[in-house]
Amino acid sequence: MTEEIIIAGFGGQGVLSMGKILAYSGIMQGQEVAWMPSYGPEMRGGTANVTVIISDSRISSPILQEFDTAIILNQQSMDKFEKMVKPGGTLIYDPNGITRHPERKDIKICKIEAAEEAARLKSAKTFNMIVLGAFLKVKPIVKLENVIKGLEKSLPSRHHHLIPMNQEAIQKGMDIVKL
Amino acid sequence: MAELKLMKGNEAIAEAAIRCGCDGYFGYPITPQSEVMETLMARKPWEETGMVVLQAESEVAAINMVYGGAGCGKKVMTSSSSPGVSLKQEGITYIAGAELPCLVVNVVRGGPGLGTIQPAQSDYFQATKGGGHGDYRLIVLAPASVQEMYDFVDLGFELAFKYRNPVQIQSDGVIGQMMEKVTVGEFKPRLTDEEVVKRYGSWATTGKTANRDRNIITSLDLDAYRQEQFNLKLQRKYKEIEEKEVRFEKIACEDADYLLVAYGSSSRICQKAIEIAREKGIKVGLLRPITLFPYPTKAIQAMLGQVKGILAVEMSAGQMVEDVRLAVEGKVKVQHYGRMGGVIPTPNEIVKALEEQIING
Repeated sequence: MTEEIIIAGFGGQGVLSMGKILAYSGIMQGQEVAWMPSYGPEMRGGTANVTVIISDSRISSPILQEFDTAIILNQQSMDKFEKMVKPGGTLIYDPNGITRHPERKDIKICKIEAAEEAARLKSAKTFNMIVLGAFLKVKPIVKLENVIKGLEKSLPSRHHHLIPMNQEAIQKGMDIVKL
Repeated sequence: MAELKLMKGNEAIAEAAIRCGCDGYFGYPITPQSEVMETLMARKPWEETGMVVLQAESEVAAINMVYGGAGCGKKVMTSSSSPGVSLKQEGITYIAGAELPCLVVNVVRGGPGLGTIQPAQSDYFQATKGGGHGDYRLIVLAPASVQEMYDFVDLGFELAFKYRNPVQIQSDGVIGQMMEKVTVGEFKPRLTDEEVVKRYGSWATTGKTANRDRNIITSLDLDAYRQEQFNLKLQRKYKEIEEKEVRFEKIACEDADYLLVAYGSSSRICQKAIEIAREKGIKVGLLRPITLFPYPTKAIQAMLGQVKGILAVEMSAGQMVEDVRLAVEGKVKVQHYGRMGGVIPTPNEIVKALEEQIING
């Protein structure tokens, strides 16, 4: 199994940390992982994206031109990455702030209203975990218990009291994602 | 205690330095390698192992601090990215000329000049052919994963002290910024002052005692004949390094009709290109130089009876390809494919280049 994922949105949405938690989750279940962020001038424009690869075998290129799954959280990322999903692949997006919805017919499209749900929960910081929950529902490549272990690993211990809240947000995302 | 961590390549350099018993790091921030010093500052190794971490006033100051520390027999290092490494060249040739051990890390970005902050491999000539003046060589290690970023710090110091020669880790923005799984090793204690005297007292400035002559650290000898003798000694050392320290990896070469040659992050992208090409029925393999100096010349020559053409893939206008051509001596077709200025080639581009320039070219 090799899953090649792009997560893309605005800086501050937790795109990079979501990718990191996913990568740590892969490590927790003994898989190979790679996490490759955009770090150049494109980030200064306000968009952030990260490639995450989880695989049972040695990972080749961390630089990819097509992905099994794209998790898209703003319009610029939709414009850039919708076309880079492999035929038969998956696109997960939050419709909040999206003016042009995905048009492709040869991929699976899932909607996750994470921004709206995070606002309802009055917890903007859980946004990325709701999105992660949606991904895990659609692509259960890592076990939830390993995601929790991944959270423990990637959060400093002073933030460990927040893990139950994050776990609830992941669960929420799994419940509300529209397949 | 060995542990499994998720780290950026730059963070791995810092962690490895602390764990391998490095005595001092001297640097100046520059993207895309700033996490090396950031990680060291956050880890505060001076409290843990006594390692010194110092942000110098410039790259020139940092490399001269390395020169001083190395002269005292200490395990010292610096890191930077391309423009900063250019500034260090004077110090590096002095250190090579004084035959001192040290580790320099270059997380290469696009050039020339200030260029860009994106990944590149356009400093190959500088690293392998002598970026500074004089007939000197660095031992150049090219990591292709975060694990190798970690492992090559300890290996780099080992080689530096074995040959009393500066070692350079030639990385780039991809390997520096990427996170991967890393097994971090056990802590090696730093050498005590007594151990430094015992191991390196024959050359290091550890304080003259009554029972030995002065140790003088210099790269200057105004007597041309003595300077020539010294150069001949250096050349013998480089020859020995070429005989003993070549490292490379071969991937999917057993049945290969064509060969890609690439190092560092380009070699990772080439592995994906090989997967794509083999699905199309093109039998292509990869030879990945791990040491850029000494270059795996003989390993390439050993493939000559087997492969019909070679494509060197680098993020440059074509630098390493010259060493491939020197190895091949015109016996098979050698072409170069690369992107420049911080643009990273995609796996499909490489397959297309292989088809157009080598197979049908």
